[in-house]
Amino acid sequence: MSGSEPRLEVTGLSKRFGGLTAVRDVGFSIQAGEILGLIGPNGSGKSTVMKAILGVERPDTGSVRVDGVEVAGWPSHRIARLGVGMVFQHSRPLHRQTVLENILLGLLPDHLLAVLPDPANEARARAIADRVGLGAVLDRRPSTLPFADLRRIEIAKAIARDPKVVLVDEPFAGLTARETSAFAKLIAEMRDDGRAVLIVDHNVKSISALVDRVYAMYVGERIAEGSVAEVMQNETVRRVYLGGALETAARPESSFRDAQTPFLEVEKLSVFYGKAQALEDVSIHVHQGEFVAIVGLNGAGKTTLFNAISGLRKYGGEIRRQGQALRGKSAASIARAGIVQSPEGRELFTEMTVRENLEMGGGRLEEKERAERSEFLFDLFPILKARARQTAGTLSGGEQQMLTIARALMMKPDLLILDEPTLGLAPVIMEQISKALERLRGRTDITVLLGEQNVTFALPHADRVYVLEHGRIVWEGDPSRFAAEVGERYL
Amino acid sequence: MLARILKSPPVWISLIVVAVASTLPLYVSGYVLGLLTIAYYFGVFSMAWDLLFGFANEVNFGPTFLIGLGAYTAGILDSLYQPPIILCIAAGVAASVTGGVVLALPALRVRGPYFGLTTLVAVLMLQNFVVVAAELTGGEIGLTVPDVISINDRTNYWIALGFMTVSGAILYGLSRSPVGLILQASGQDAVQAAALGFNVTKHKLAAFIVSAFFSGLAGALMVFYLGAASVGTFIDVTVGVQVIVGAVLGGRRTILGAAIGAVFLIAMGEALRPLGDLSTFIVSAIALFVVLVFPGGLLGMLKGAREAT
Repeated sequence: MSGSEPRLEVTGLSKRFGGLTAVRDVGFSIQAGEILGLIGPNGSGKSTVMKAILGVERPDTGSVRVDGVEVAGWPSHRIARLGVGMVFQHSRPLHRQTVLENILLGLLPDHLLAVLPDPANEARARAIADRVGLGAVLDRRPSTLPFADLRRIEIAKAIARDPKVVLVDEPFAGLTARETSAFAKLIAEMRDDGRAVLIVDHNVKSISALVDRVYAMYVGERIAEGSVAEVMQNETVRRVYLGGALETAARPESSFRDAQTPFLEVEKLSVFYGKAQALEDVSIHVHQGEFVAIVGLNGAGKTTLFNAISGLRKYGGEIRRQGQALRGKSAASIARAGIVQSPEGRELFTEMTVRENLEMGGGRLEEKERAERSEFLFDLFPILKARARQTAGTLSGGEQQMLTIARALMMKPDLLILDEPTLGLAPVIMEQISKALERLRGRTDITVLLGEQNVTFALPHADRVYVLEHGRIVWEGDPSRFAAEVGERYL
Repeated sequence: MLARILKSPPVWISLIVVAVASTLPLYVSGYVLGLLTIAYYFGVFSMAWDLLFGFANEVNFGPTFLIGLGAYTAGILDSLYQPPIILCIAAGVAASVTGGVVLALPALRVRGPYFGLTTLVAVLMLQNFVVVAAELTGGEIGLTVPDVISINDRTNYWIALGFMTVSGAILYGLSRSPVGLILQASGQDAVQAAALGFNVTKHKLAAFIVSAFFSGLAGALMVFYLGAASVGTFIDVTVGVQVIVGAVLGGRRTILGAAIGAVFLIAMGEALRPLGDLSTFIVSAIALFVVLVFPGGLLGMLKGAREAT
């Protein structure tokens, strides 16, 4: 590292939300022409660090210096004007404007008198667009563009301001392999331009080729810092990121009492979206008390299958609960009768507290029963008890997932459908959810249908596994046989 | 630059419509002219409101707070001291802008629906004040203003049309200008706009001031057309609702659509007048239908038809 003054220097940064310390004593610096990766599982506080640098959140203590200027506590727009740019993960372009106008926005001065357009800006916007690969779509509206191009607009807007420091939030989320390498190149170019770049992401692997150094966080604190190799070798990092060894606890199918008429039977199910067939001839069954996992990649049809069972989607074929056909029943009556889904999108009441969300789930229970049920769930997910009075929107992704599951469990379901509970979660959070499922399985006779693309999460709990591929069931069997027979496709 | 503006379809279509409208006094009755004069002032109210809702993304439930301040300040000043009308109007605009800033500064600190609620409360407070301070304001009976700008129907009509045209040109130009772009970005995602270096509060406050300026000016001009001010014409919540429905009906985020919507509402109300009370119901039903089926409003409907062909 050179001895010159760092472009960005963060020292002793702490931030509390109510009683929760989100960030404690975090400090790092980035030189011009350097990329630092800030990694940590969901809820580790990395987003809060990023927001504190940008001035969206005001740090409680600590300092943030940009080229030696103390900016902690400044409003965002002043920090931005001093030279901090941000590439947002979720792009929200102006939809009525063209791509060119969206980029022009980044070039405008913060004047109220900027009524007449500056013709020089348009040429600059075009140059930036060419650089990030938007040259061919300048006159299109953002809504007509693919996802990767929307992310390019974000990059274009950020570099339009010629920032000294660029914060990049999960640059590769949702991109294909080819797009990922194109984006890595764009970020490397920012470094070559002499900017200091901070990439925030879940794990080291995805950004290892790009970053010069890594700063790893866990529950608000620094756990490791150094080169990619050093951080990957670090014991704490390994413990946080790499869970335990795979064990299965499958019970044989013959051990369930309802062998003749399983609790849930799906027979020759077909679902179409317009002309596209999402599910073809899918037949599965779930016994009372059984834990069944449906394993499949994104787009395999898991959510479609669950929505058909929940009565949210029309289908061909037959779905029976304890021998009774579910066709024609409304989604609400299916849920009331005990088939409850914990949806992939979570769909929490974000403005309500944790406790209120749970009470919504238990709305049909007697008061005493509801209180008992809440206690049971707080015992199952202790972190939710600590957060009981926080609004759901302020929880981390992992905590929100736990709350979604808990809210579904408040309804005392006969069958709990879990759709991708690990989506976007770091292994340590998965581990906590996994433990909770294990306790749930051990202590109650709950029936679970789990949809997952994460095989290491799904297998330890499952009694039986189905593999869904392109809308068809391609394998069914015991989890212990999974690795040998189809494992290499998924591990 | 100028050539590009003139090429834009909304602009040249508007220019043609205004040109045709300016010839109306030659062949329609004074009654119709009077109606359209009022409609044009409402057009300005709605356009000023659309700048806040459509661009700054702030729902101002109290357009009549700004309108009422402008109208009553101008009217009261005239009834007390009879200074030149232009001074009364200037005072009305000043009151409206001042009131707008006093309201917006605290209101912009709160997020989302609370901004709207604050503005609604401001209307109720102003309405109460007018009723309580009856000696000054005429109270529930209304305020009679000794002066009018003109007693000639045609002159009044042309003033209103010219005023709406100039206001529309300025508001539309602002909305398409760089500051309009910043305002839209601020309204859509304040965090991202701030990350691009824009002072979101400053831009929204500026939008509020511009909106207050045109609302107050239109209110004051309308007082000197009517020769009277009353709560029912300038401040009542139903007046505000008409302004809002006009803007939404015409097409959010279009400015020009707001004027079309406001004029349409008044024209329809009049055309269906023979139906008595039923007319209000029918106009409301049409407005509801358009808003539900074509969320883009009347202009959105036209655009959709053009893109479909």
